[in-house]
Amino acid sequence: MSDRPIRITVDGEALTGIAGQSVAGVLLAAGRISWRTTRSGAPRGVFCGIGACFDCLLTVNDVPDVRACRRPAADGDEIRTQSREENT
Amino acid sequence: MSRHVVIVGAGPAGLAAVEHALRAGARVTVLDQAESPGGQYHRRPPGADAARHGRSDFDRRRRLLAHPRCRWWPGAAVWAFDRVENRLHVLRGQPDGSGRRRLTLVPDALILATGAHDRTLPFPGWELPGVYTAGAAQALAKGERVAIGGRVLVAGAGPFLLPVAESLLDVGAEVVAVLEANPFTTVRKGWSARPWRLAAQAGKAGELGRYAATLARHRVPYRFGRAVIEARGADSVREVVTAGVRADWSIIPGTERTYEVDAVCVGHGFVPQPELAVAAGCVLDGGFVKVDGEQRTTVDGVFAAGEITGIGGAVTSAAEGAVAGRAAAGEKPAPALIRARDRALTFAGRLASAHPIGTAWRSWLREDTIVCRCEETTYGELVRATTDPARPGPHALKLGTRAGLGPCQGRMCGPAVSELCGGTERHHRPIAQPIRLGELAARTEGEPG
Repeated sequence: MSDRPIRITVDGEALTGIAGQSVAGVLLAAGRISWRTTRSGAPRGVFCGIGACFDCLLTVNDVPDVRACRRPAADGDEIRTQSREENT
Repeated sequence: MSRHVVIVGAGPAGLAAVEHALRAGARVTVLDQAESPGGQYHRRPPGADAARHGRSDFDRRRRLLAHPRCRWWPGAAVWAFDRVENRLHVLRGQPDGSGRRRLTLVPDALILATGAHDRTLPFPGWELPGVYTAGAAQALAKGERVAIGGRVLVAGAGPFLLPVAESLLDVGAEVVAVLEANPFTTVRKGWSARPWRLAAQAGKAGELGRYAATLARHRVPYRFGRAVIEARGADSVREVVTAGVRADWSIIPGTERTYEVDAVCVGHGFVPQPELAVAAGCVLDGGFVKVDGEQRTTVDGVFAAGEITGIGGAVTSAAEGAVAGRAAAGEKPAPALIRARDRALTFAGRLASAHPIGTAWRSWLREDTIVCRCEETTYGELVRATTDPARPGPHALKLGTRAGLGPCQGRMCGPAVSELCGGTERHHRPIAQPIRLGELAARTEGEPG
């Protein structure tokens, strides 16, 4: 494993990950297990891990509704957590 | 000019199809959503050189992606198939990103090897952060070396729970127990009927032995006839309740036990991903794509292989992919390939009979248990809607309760809702993958030549 470090920000907070990790992987490794709220306000994070459940949606570089488990994290990515209301 | 075979999915089935379509002289285009080939089975950490399972076959097939007659398109989301024009619509670029390229392909033959995802039955608290599918735990551990928690309980049905527990131990998690909901008698009866038929899968016995040794070394108990029936916590999982269950998975009163954990992973088998096959007009049988002895679907020129035709694991998928690759390239598959596929199917049959899904799982549910995760539709709402004479039929049920209308489009709750409400599951999703409106409006790049 090359372990080349990358840095992303999540709601302004800086996190470090490893090149090749998904955005979800970087967040989970940093101890964040939820980053989206549902219509009722309940917290959600990763559930299926392979892109089928859409529980892990977040905003990457101003593009909303990106599945955190499918998107490889890139150095300098600005991530924002999102609520369901924001986009419906 | 040789036939152009397009293969969707670069997991064990898709890669075997690539190898055999190339051997039969076809031109091949292979598409996968991921950046690297292998599918869920051969998932590896960034920069890792070799997979642990099936290394030689996988590495040989992976190298074929550089073959002069092979075109490899990673990062490709196939979002629709137009059966009138026989045209496959593809977006290439960052997953769910903006600015992806829109392309189309018109194949001479199409092989669908789109695989499956975990099925997790609903239970109270399954929507809490910290509850994961078994596949998610595996993907994060194997693909990213991230443990889903410090103290993890693994539960559900099927042999897949064992490699999941092993992967969790590998990345430093403490696995408090592995629970198989089926009783030992069901599992033994399923696997040991006519054992000589399993000779072809002898490698699997060794693999099981290795998992057993790993669990023993880490003092992880493996229990039959126990299930997770509730997850508790405020904003994330703090504890999990398990119970002894009968052969039909009904709870045995008084057997409840609570574990303190920070993560739970649960898998009750797998659900196929048949959207493109449905779009192509292929007939399904019990939710799986119906195929003949040469992996042909009911639609001319469309073949299917791997988990979308039935759940049988990587060996079965690859055996089906090999047959599909030959047949799609216009060659008669050799009898040896057909025999290998048929032996693998026997194994798949065993798997299904040894690890069935008990029908009494609905007894775990309460009135306020969420069934549709996206729309937060509860069991109570579904039951009331089913008995409401003003809402006859599954369509009205869906509109009335919103079950299946959220972002996942029923991928997670579909089987549960259809089982609870006595309807049939609908797999028709005209847009197989999310596409942004701007991308839909953008100009399509056609296939040259």
